[in-house]
Amino acid sequence: MSIISTILKRELRSYFLTPIAYVFIVVFLLLNGICTFYFGDFWGRAQADLVSFFSFHPWIYAIFIPAISMRLWAEERKTGSIEILFTLPITITQAILGKFLAGLVFISVALVLTMPMWILVNYLGKPDNGVIAVCYLGSLLMASCFLAIGAAVSALTKNQVIAFVLSLLLCLLVNLLGFPVVIDQLRLFMPNIVIDTLRNLSFLTNFDTMSRGIIELRSIVYFITLTAFFLFANAVFIENKRAD
Amino acid sequence: MSVTLRVMNLTKSYGKLVAVDNISFSATQGDIVGFLGPNGAGKSTTMKMITGYVTPNSGTAYIDGYDILEQPIDAKRIFGYLPEGAPGYPDMSVKSYLDFIAVVRGLSSLVRAHRIQAVVEQLHLQTVLTKRIETLSKGYQRRLGLAQALIHDPRVLILDEPTDGLDPNQKREVRNLIASLAHDKVIIISTHMLEEVQALCNRVVMIAGGKLILDTTPEELLQQNGAVDAITALEDIFAKCQ
Repeated sequence: MSIISTILKRELRSYFLTPIAYVFIVVFLLLNGICTFYFGDFWGRAQADLVSFFSFHPWIYAIFIPAISMRLWAEERKTGSIEILFTLPITITQAILGKFLAGLVFISVALVLTMPMWILVNYLGKPDNGVIAVCYLGSLLMASCFLAIGAAVSALTKNQVIAFVLSLLLCLLVNLLGFPVVIDQLRLFMPNIVIDTLRNLSFLTNFDTMSRGIIELRSIVYFITLTAFFLFANAVFIENKRAD
Repeated sequence: MSVTLRVMNLTKSYGKLVAVDNISFSATQGDIVGFLGPNGAGKSTTMKMITGYVTPNSGTAYIDGYDILEQPIDAKRIFGYLPEGAPGYPDMSVKSYLDFIAVVRGLSSLVRAHRIQAVVEQLHLQTVLTKRIETLSKGYQRRLGLAQALIHDPRVLILDEPTDGLDPNQKREVRNLIASLAHDKVIIISTHMLEEVQALCNRVVMIAGGKLILDTTPEELLQQNGAVDAITALEDIFAKCQ
């Protein structure tokens, strides 16, 4: 445990040692603001809830999280520090969890900083704070899933730009599988059963139920399983590269 | 109990290219083994396999009896390793980097402070403690790499070209440091500098084209080859491998 937390602290410090972390957080908050008030028509809806805030999270994460995860392994590989890391007495699981949790803490910090939205709706009206809590939980679960995808992709390359672009594409893909326009197009040439399966695998679909305040076990299990799967893939990619 | 290092039939190939071909040798406490070979001979790959960073196709290494493939954590606790280029985390300061390595190596906070101070003094890093690693000159980066390898006072030291990038004074100092550490350790240094072998090593292991071609002592080398000194003898052997 102490090794995981040591790696976590090192990674986290590395985020905040450069201005990048602050830039990311500001951009994340700005994007959230623009989406909520402009595209989400927060004022026009005149409802005391955060639907217009949370409904954009899958898309904001798809851009924001690859930018956070891209350096996790690609940078270690590029500088060669990975060689010292993996000749220290640590297991691959400890290294992967340390890095993943550092990313998750970073995202949690960004998410906590959106609290003024929550204060605002409470000031304006009487929202269902239970629903909002479930939304935050769902958002964090989804974020951890995006992060695991990004970390796994980062383990494949030395180049952070490639890691970013590939993760971005993958993250958009898992969103788009549940996007109505895409679903309608796919329906033209695919049987319904395939469409439904794909849609059930989409982040949009799974997050949608939670963003309505419904804790559906299926969605929670889905996000946790997928996170675990990509962390496992991360380990496999690292092991394979190490054999070379 | 005296510490040992045994390398057993290590083999590594990349596609059709056999980088390291069935290399075995062993060393015991007090040995400073000069691991020699022309550039591209497979020295670094062999060291990466001994330290468990690269997985061999066959063979293994035993570090103080621990199999690097079967008991990697136990084995990795025993050695300190300076890889080629000594890469640290560029954005960390020297102090926090050494601290990170010491914590991961499991040193208690008391021992940690003492050991960090010791290696910082041994390698003259006092003036750069708060500097970021990316701003250090190559000589300092190399010495920091050595410092992190020494931080837990390991019983086995595996150093890939430890004096690479140092000026002549620093080279001499580092060699003296290595020599002073040798009595209770096994030390392996890879190099292509022949004078380093003569100055420092009591064993010579030479590889070329991935194969072991020599495993001897500098004295035997002289007797066998009838050369005036070990450097000349090695030069002859080197010339033959090209």
